[in-house]
Amino acid sequence: MAWYHRVPAPKLPSEQRKSRMEGLWIRCDGCGEIIYKADVEKNLEVCPKCDEHFPLPVRRRLELVLDPGSFEEHDIGLESTDPLQFADSRKYKERLKASQKSSGEGEAFVSGIGRIAGREVSLGAFEFNFMGGSMGSVVGEKVTRIFERATERRIPSIIFSASGGARMQEAIFSLMQMAKSSAALARFRAVKKPYISVLLDPTTGGVAASFAFQGDVILAEPKALIGFAGPRVIEQTIRQKLPEGFQRSEFLLEHGMIDAIVHRKEMRERLAQLLGLLA
Amino acid sequence: MKGSMATYALDFEKPLLELEQKLVELKRHAATEGGADALDSEIRRLEKRCTRLQQEIFAELSRWQVVQLSRHPNRPYTLDYVQRLFTDFIELHGDRSFADDAALIGGLARFDGEPVLLLGQQKGRSTKENILRSFGMPRPEGYRKALRLMKLAERFDRPVIAFIDTPGAYPGIDAEERGQAEAIAVCLEEMAALTVPVISVVIGEGGSGGALAIGVCNRLLMLQYSWYSVISPESCAAILYRDASKGERAAEALKLTARDAYQLGIVDQLVDEAPGGAHRDPDLTAKNLGAALRQHLRELRPLGPKSIVEDRYAKFRKLGPVTEPARNAAPSARD
Ligand SMILES: [Zn+2]
Repeated sequence: MAWYHRVPAPKLPSEQRKSRMEGLWIRCDGCGEIIYKADVEKNLEVCPKCDEHFPLPVRRRLELVLDPGSFEEHDIGLESTDPLQFADSRKYKERLKASQKSSGEGEAFVSGIGRIAGREVSLGAFEFNFMGGSMGSVVGEKVTRIFERATERRIPSIIFSASGGARMQEAIFSLMQMAKSSAALARFRAVKKPYISVLLDPTTGGVAASFAFQGDVILAEPKALIGFAGPRVIEQTIRQKLPEGFQRSEFLLEHGMIDAIVHRKEMRERLAQLLGLLA
Repeated sequence: MKGSMATYALDFEKPLLELEQKLVELKRHAATEGGADALDSEIRRLEKRCTRLQQEIFAELSRWQVVQLSRHPNRPYTLDYVQRLFTDFIELHGDRSFADDAALIGGLARFDGEPVLLLGQQKGRSTKENILRSFGMPRPEGYRKALRLMKLAERFDRPVIAFIDTPGAYPGIDAEERGQAEAIAVCLEEMAALTVPVISVVIGEGGSGGALAIGVCNRLLMLQYSWYSVISPESCAAILYRDASKGERAAEALKLTARDAYQLGIVDQLVDEAPGGAHRDPDLTAKNLGAALRQHLRELRPLGPKSIVEDRYAKFRKLGPVTEPARNAAPSARD
């Protein structure tokens, strides 16, 4: 638990001061209101005015749902071998390094074992800030091991998805991660423990078209963008603007594609409840 | 191409087709004017030049040229192979829930007299047929039909042979509304657990999850001039270079050809196409494919249901090279 102290504002040249001040406030995409950043942070990165869910860093996500101190990370330090030596305007290896620096994570996915209301689960979550949460061989391997670990220990599994889909830079290998993780999940079914999939903003492409939509129960945060093809691709195909709310959680619920929409504040409680009912 | 189909020529095919046209004219001339020996040797010389030119052109195709061949309008599609390799084919329609998707067909047939289940994306020859078949881009009902038929195959212990030929799953409002992602996801998992042998063949385009949805197999074959990747080169270029016309560059970066996939250990066998590409001789290409299918079916048939699933698991489990710090690998007490 953090303590907050009132610290007298340091004296700064006016220019610097201005940018600091600006950094303290953000404009909410949901309601357009200017809100105090610290208020948003305290509110689990949810707009206090309109409930818009902003991205949550992966560690905070896990902290939010797990019993305090129960998380034991696995498969740390897995790295891509860049099997295609992929290069566009920039080398893939450089992109990876830049993402590691900006996100503070080694890859786009963190996984391990933790407890929810005392119950052990094998779980993982995406870091969207790492190359758009894209799935290459490392993410695919970690997801696969989540299911393998859950199978070995006969415990439930949970995955929080926030991903633009399969990672282009590992091309065919990224695609094959969809099959690999699906096969591991198919095996996990035999132990008759639940797999709960939680869809966050955004969940699209190869991640949506594999484990994200294979959950025994599929939950989503409010207004998350969820679909196979991205909205831009669809707009280009049909050459018209997409209707308001298309591919959002509420739209998917209405079309029978997900089980429930769960507010971030209630996620832990709902997961605990579902695990209690199924595990 | 042998036969009468209207020929469409790719740029790099043109010199060859022009030379072949000369040969045809010369032969016609020889036939009408009577067989002069001089003409005879000229014909033989030209035939040799044709063969040599074809070898030269096809010896060093760029990846983009392979993509172009995979999309050649005269290229054989799923039903062209079905017609040549199988007997007793009966198409089975519909997902029993919403519609029948003509972009992904399926049915029962016999291969060497033995019943098998066939699946495949199907492109159209004409504009009208292409609209009906969505250019081989299936919607959720297509994948749900495929799943229904795979389960049928499993129930009656019939091997599944799937022909992959799609630029990708259909990206449209209706497809999204009916759960495109879910339809593909369920196919992947159910296919992984299927207790009968599955052989998938990329016969043209293997675009993304829309292709993989019928590709979780025991054996993956690819025709020589086909491609398989996570994204089409144009879509990749649109994202990476913000320019869909740079597909050629993206094709190189993606290393997406059959040969690439073979070298990367994704594919079990490459199947030779007729010289100059499958469209130049569909019969010969089908014959090569038939021989490969026969061999792999013979290997897979003796495996029982459990071994078949194990075999498939092992195939996919090893895909995706990663490096791992030594400390992870060390066995710990809790394991
Ligand atoms: Zn707001």
